[in-house]
Amino acid sequence: MSGAIRVAVLDYGAANMVSITKALAAVGAEVSVAEDAAGFAGMDAVVVPGVGAAAPAMDHLRERGLVEPLRDWVRAGRPCLGICLGFQLFFDASDEGGAETLGLLAGRSVPLVDAPTLPHIGWNSVNVVRSHPLLDGVADGSYFYFVHSFAPVPSDESIVLARTTHGRPFVSAVAQGSLYGLQFHPEKSSEAGLRVLANFLGLVAASKAGATPKAGVTAPAADSAGVA
Amino acid sequence: MLARRVIPCLDVDKGRVVKGTKFLNLTDEGDPAELAERYAHEGADEIVFLDITAAHERRGTMLEVVRRTASRAFVPLTVGGGVRSVDEMRDVLRAGADKVSFNTAAVADPTLLTACAERFGSQAVVCAIDARRLPVEAGADGAPGRWEVVTHGGRRTTDLEAVAWAMRAVELGAGELLVTSMDRDGTRSGFDTELLAAIATRVRVPVIASGGAAGPDDFVTAVRDGKADAVLAASIFHRRMFSVSDVKEAMAAAGLPVRRIEESGE
Repeated sequence: MSGAIRVAVLDYGAANMVSITKALAAVGAEVSVAEDAAGFAGMDAVVVPGVGAAAPAMDHLRERGLVEPLRDWVRAGRPCLGICLGFQLFFDASDEGGAETLGLLAGRSVPLVDAPTLPHIGWNSVNVVRSHPLLDGVADGSYFYFVHSFAPVPSDESIVLARTTHGRPFVSAVAQGSLYGLQFHPEKSSEAGLRVLANFLGLVAASKAGATPKAGVTAPAADSAGVA
Repeated sequence: MLARRVIPCLDVDKGRVVKGTKFLNLTDEGDPAELAERYAHEGADEIVFLDITAAHERRGTMLEVVRRTASRAFVPLTVGGGVRSVDEMRDVLRAGADKVSFNTAAVADPTLLTACAERFGSQAVVCAIDARRLPVEAGADGAPGRWEVVTHGGRRTTDLEAVAWAMRAVELGAGELLVTSMDRDGTRSGFDTELLAAIATRVRVPVIASGGAAGPDDFVTAVRDGKADAVLAASIFHRRMFSVSDVKEAMAAAGLPVRRIEESGE
C-alpha cells in the first residue's frame, strides 16, 4: 500500500499509549504521539484514547493546549477516533465529576444504569444497529473489551452504530461525518478490535482520496487484521 | 451479555516465565511476551503476569516484559507482584499494562488502594486476596465457612477475615478482586466455591476465581456456584493439559456466555 496513513495518538497522560500505538501500527498506520498542538501537523487522523475520569482528563487536555486544536480538527471535518474516555469527551458534558467536555457531539455521559457489576469490565457483545464501514466485517454480537462506568447518551439517535447491554443497553459505537467513537477498546479486543482499527484506517484513506466509502466495501487495510 | 473471562496466569522471574512448586524448583519456560501472545491467539480473554522476582533483583525487567507484551498481544494485561506505590503503578501502566494487582502491599497499607484508584481509576486497581479456610469450631458443624487472609504466598497470617477484607478493599477503591484459595492452590482439587460465593455475593465489582483448577468443569463450577465473573489458572494451561478453548467449550456447553475465538477470527 502506498502513502501510509499517518495517525497521531493524543497523549494527555490518561491512556495506555503502548497498546493503542502498537495496535494501530499492527494494521499498517504510521503512528506518532501528540503531546501538544504541534503533534497534529502533517497528520491524516487523530486518535483520542483514554481511561479514567473525565474531569482530570479535561484538565490535562487544557494544560497541554490540546482542546482548541482538537476542536478545530474535528470541525474541519478531519478524521478523528475517540476510544472509551476519549469517546465520552466528544460530548457536551459528563456526570462524572460534573465535567464540561469538548462539545463536538450533542449529549452527555451518564453512569451505566442497572449495571450488575461496576465498573463494567470485560468482553461484551456489540450489537450493530446501523451498517457502517467502521464496523465492516464485524459480525453482529461480536465481543469487544470494555472498561468503564459511564457511557454517553447522544441527543442525535442517528449517529448510533452499535449498542451493548450491561444492565440496560448503552451506546457502544457512533459515527458523525468523520468523527468516530467507540466505548470499547479496539486495542485490547484481539482480532476483532484490530479489524475495527483497520476499518478506521480505510475510512481515513478514503477521505484522504476524497472519496466517500460505501457500507460493505472492505477497507484497504483490513487484510492485515487477521494476521496480527 | 458480559462474557465470563478465562485468564491464564504466568509467573515471571527476572523477565522469564517460570514454573515451579511453591516458588521452589523453578524452571525456565520461555519468554513472557511470546507465551502471552500464544494464549491470546488461543482465546485468552486477559493475561496476568505475577512478578515473583526477589525485590533486590528487580530493576525494570518487568517493565520491559510488559512493554514487549503490550506490543504484540492485544488483550488486557494485569501485572501483580512488587508494585508498592502510586509511582510504581504509573510506570507499569505506562509500559502497557491495564491493571495492577495488589496483595501484600494492600494488606500492609490499605490506603494504597485508594491512592491508586484516585489517580488511575478503580478499573485499574485489582486487590488480590489469598485466603485460607479457618477450622470449624467445635460444635459448629454446618456453620458458614470463614477464611483468614494470608500474605507472602501463604507464609504469613494476618488478623483479617477474607470476606470483610474483600468488602473493605472495594470500599477503598479496588475495582476487581482476585480471590485465591490457598487451601486449593496447586492441589488441582477444584475452586473453593463457598469462598468465592461468600465474596461475590457481597461486592459489586467483578471477582476472579483462582486456585485449584484441575479441568474445564472446575471453571464452570467457579462461575455457576462460586458466582465468579472470571476464572484464572496457571498450571493446567502451561502444562497443556487443557487449552483455553477446551475450557471455553465446556463453559459454553454449560450455558455460560463466553467469547469463542471463532467469532473474532475469520
